[in-house]
Amino acid sequence: MRLPQSTLNTIHGWLLLTPAAVLLVAFTHYPTVATLIQSVFSSGTALRPSVFVGLDNYQMMLDDPVFWKVVGNNLTYASFTIPFSIAIALLMALWVNGKLPLRGVVRMAYFTPTILPMIAVANIWLFFYSPDIGLLDQITRTFGFASTNWLGDADTVLGCIIVLAIWKDAGFFMIFYLAALQALPPDLEEAAKLEGAGRWYFFRKVTFPLLMPTTLFVMINAVINSFKLIDQLFILTKGGPDNASSLLLYYIYEVAFSFFDEAYAATLTVVLLAVLAIIAIGQFVILDKRIHYR
Amino acid sequence: MIAGTRHRLGDRLETGAAWLLAFLWLLPLIYAFWSAFHPSEYATRFSLFAPVTLDNFRIAWSYAPFARYFFNTFVLVSSILAAQFFLCTLAAFAFARFEFRGRDVAFALVLVQLMIMPEVLIVENYRTMSHLGLVDTILGIGLPYMASAFGIFLLRQTFKTIPKELEEAARVEGCSTLQVLWKVYVPLAKPTYVAYGLVSVSYHWNNFLWPLVITNSVTTRPLTVGLAIFGAPESGVNWSIITAGTLLAVAPLLVAFLLFQRQFVQSFMHAGIK
Repeated sequence: MRLPQSTLNTIHGWLLLTPAAVLLVAFTHYPTVATLIQSVFSSGTALRPSVFVGLDNYQMMLDDPVFWKVVGNNLTYASFTIPFSIAIALLMALWVNGKLPLRGVVRMAYFTPTILPMIAVANIWLFFYSPDIGLLDQITRTFGFASTNWLGDADTVLGCIIVLAIWKDAGFFMIFYLAALQALPPDLEEAAKLEGAGRWYFFRKVTFPLLMPTTLFVMINAVINSFKLIDQLFILTKGGPDNASSLLLYYIYEVAFSFFDEAYAATLTVVLLAVLAIIAIGQFVILDKRIHYR
Repeated sequence: MIAGTRHRLGDRLETGAAWLLAFLWLLPLIYAFWSAFHPSEYATRFSLFAPVTLDNFRIAWSYAPFARYFFNTFVLVSSILAAQFFLCTLAAFAFARFEFRGRDVAFALVLVQLMIMPEVLIVENYRTMSHLGLVDTILGIGLPYMASAFGIFLLRQTFKTIPKELEEAARVEGCSTLQVLWKVYVPLAKPTYVAYGLVSVSYHWNNFLWPLVITNSVTTRPLTVGLAIFGAPESGVNWSIITAGTLLAVAPLLVAFLLFQRQFVQSFMHAGIK
């Protein structure tokens, strides 16, 4: 007896898929669902098993000043790192795509931070920011300013984290702009030159609109990064002083692995998952529109 | 004429600005080299005549089990890559070339991982690992990343561009399904494997949060976690030694990058454009 081709295909397809599917379910789908469930239960201990508490964890979260502080920090962090790293990336791409002396070296310089571990470069930045002996203080002191404890002051610490994040990400985003610029037809620029259009005018009216799909792609990456990349906090600040530089994922880590409050960590994770879901839906809608344009 | 000179002046200013930005972008690395190759009293003082020394590297190497960290990272990165190639190839082949029931739903469920990366789910994944008895093992660090949605997506796109006639020819020659995959699809997708490989290796070489959570001993810790402990202020190590240790840890990746700069940049481009 022979099975029909469509049944064979289904069997073969699922056999090929099974190994990856098992891992994806185990480490993406199952934990997502388990997090949602955990968030409506209390943290269990050996003596007191976890019980259903409904939305109590969420109520606790809304009453938690640290949560609001961290959300505020994360929004500030995102609203500076995203536009600045994208703008610098675009500028870098325009430069290394043009006729620049030592172009290869410059391109390498811009891209280098991308391939270095954040942990390693944070060690170096720690020196830049350290009071008195640090590079930043050595420079400001030559101009007669008093020394500043950049990472120890609640007013400056988040700014320091933001600058480091922009430095780390801009070169990565540059690559996508560079690829997009190289894919643009060169006769556009020639035609514009013949018409006597200035460079800035050409950029505003032609290049930038044509780069819009890349900008959207880069922006989605930047938004995800701003909620995911927290490695530098472990070296530079541990979220301090007084949570002034803590971000959402770092707070989740602290609640789970320093305070051992699994239920509350799950509740916070649900917030992070909701943010990521909104980005995903946004991406879907935007990409949908983009296909419309073409 | 005047417009011409003004133009050239503008060009020069722009070149200067581009170079200045490049210098600023390299500054942390330049500083690390300065500090690592000079005695610690020059770590924060810049003098042209400071003596050059390799002592900092020797001391850093003896302060922390770097050889072990290197070995762990190497095992971690290569086992993740091998498993990713294997699992993603099979899954991508199924998605690209088989019409089967539930395929579109399954594909959508794969893409979910592009947004929800394993590091977001550290709490639940830690619990799973402790049930499986994989806490503080290298397999425990790698397992959540082995079925990579990104890899599946990238390979599926590549497999789709391969003409079906090649597959049919191989079938006529008597190849089985897996032989077709191995002899036709995999060789033709080599550039994608190289691109994905470079992106994956640099990602996992640099990854920190999940390895930090799941490891707690020297025998499993990768370089990044080792470096974080080494560089912590409470370890009392001075700047020169920290920068020397930092350079030791990034050296393999940095050297590979300098040698294969073009491939690195192109693979990031290739892997990023969907």
